[in-house]
Amino acid sequence: MSVSVRIPTILRTYTNGESQVSAEGGTLSEVIDNLDASYPGIKGRILDEQGAIRRFVNVYVGNDDVRFIDGVDTQTAEGAQISVIPAVAGG
Amino acid sequence: MSTTVVNTPAPRPLREGAFGNATHLICRECSATQPLGAFYACAECFGPLEIGYEFPAVTREQIEAGPKNIWRYQPLLPVPTDIASSPNMEPGFTRLLKANNLGAALGIKNLWVKDDSGNPTHSFKDRVVAVALSAARELEMKVFACPSTGNLANAVAAAGARAGMKTVVFIPHDLERAKVLTTAVYGGTLIAVKGNYDDVNRLASEIAGEEDGWAFVNVNVRPYYAEGSKTLGYEVAEQLGWRLPQQVVIPVASGSQLTKVDKGFAEFVKLGLVEDAPYKIFGAQAHGCSPVSAAFKDGHDVVRPVKPDTIAKSLAIGNPADGPYVLDAVRRTGGAIEDVTDDEVRDGIELLARTEGVFAETAGGVTVAVLKKLVETGQLDLDQETVVFNTGDGLKTLDAIADRVGPAATIDPSYAAFTATGLA
Repeated sequence: MSVSVRIPTILRTYTNGESQVSAEGGTLSEVIDNLDASYPGIKGRILDEQGAIRRFVNVYVGNDDVRFIDGVDTQTAEGAQISVIPAVAGG
Repeated sequence: MSTTVVNTPAPRPLREGAFGNATHLICRECSATQPLGAFYACAECFGPLEIGYEFPAVTREQIEAGPKNIWRYQPLLPVPTDIASSPNMEPGFTRLLKANNLGAALGIKNLWVKDDSGNPTHSFKDRVVAVALSAARELEMKVFACPSTGNLANAVAAAGARAGMKTVVFIPHDLERAKVLTTAVYGGTLIAVKGNYDDVNRLASEIAGEEDGWAFVNVNVRPYYAEGSKTLGYEVAEQLGWRLPQQVVIPVASGSQLTKVDKGFAEFVKLGLVEDAPYKIFGAQAHGCSPVSAAFKDGHDVVRPVKPDTIAKSLAIGNPADGPYVLDAVRRTGGAIEDVTDDEVRDGIELLARTEGVFAETAGGVTVAVLKKLVETGQLDLDQETVVFNTGDGLKTLDAIADRVGPAATIDPSYAAFTATGLA
């Protein structure tokens, strides 16, 4: 599955300043692995050592926070829009 | 394959003293530091950035000689020394009311209400927005913006109007009508988003990452904004006669306010402005949006997001940014977090209104109802001096009590009709 990933400002040092990149994968976990192959090191900024999404990162597939679905096992359909967003906002 | 190229904001030189005694940003999680700027998440771990200071000596007399608003605490905020003369809303120094009637009703011997509905747009948000406005101005940003559950929308729209700054405010489409109108009246751009607050917040975070020169008060200038809530703690301590209360009950939405009141108390102790004395912090949530209360009761140190469903829309943040730090502060001080049903919220609004003449919005109803619950469950010490926070005005959430209160009778304009009611 080819998906589109929106990259937060903090991680654009990995993507040569690009705010949106393409990646492959049928689950969020696969997408992040594929991202890391293209942009080495980015996975470790999104996931912790146990492979869970870091405490201060929100990841959305479409409009849905993956914490409400299946976390890193959330399915990513062809053409899905994935967004990685710092969690510390609002209120 | 790339589709967009990032707009990296060019670093702008700051004027001398632009942020007062603030010196840097520091990550609350990993302590990494970075220069002052429009940043909110740690470049290392995404953790929340806070303001670092080098405080000078500050005396009670110096503060007391300041203006009767939050700028009396200018040396302790990330704002310049000339802040009081800039066009701003001059918020703060709201009433601290001795609440003998409410105290008697609940059995609390020494109870106060910090009534922040007295701010210019009738909520505590004027405090945080005033500090954010200063940051936006000093960083030469062009647009003053926010995602909001309503009170912040009012405060941003009004402060932007007074400062002559373009505003763009994003709200959930189903917000209370009063909060929509009391934002729109100030002009600026108001955008209703088809989603809940967390959806709006997410959208704002994405826009903040793309649009250069936009100061989202509670996103990319959040470290400055959040500091404004310290003034609630400062004021309570000063108004009590330069001492800390023993117990405080504070509403929890994102959790920023509660953690900053705690920070305010700690700074006053550190600066020698009050005696170091123990205090307990209690958090208040509505049951329909109680992720922090649930985490507290379950013994967790992380907060699982929820989908909000409560009449207390100003507290309806299902994914609270400062939730973990609320848990830290409450547990460290020996307090607790409780939640109450929507009917209890309505009861809380009525209880405060009927005992103290203070008409709180739903968030205040939550806090008073939680205060009552803390008493009933034996979690609050009835002999200790307690301050309960009302952070907003009931006129903005009239629907909450619309079916509960009204005229005792509708009569013809005659004395006979009046006596017939038996109300004399």
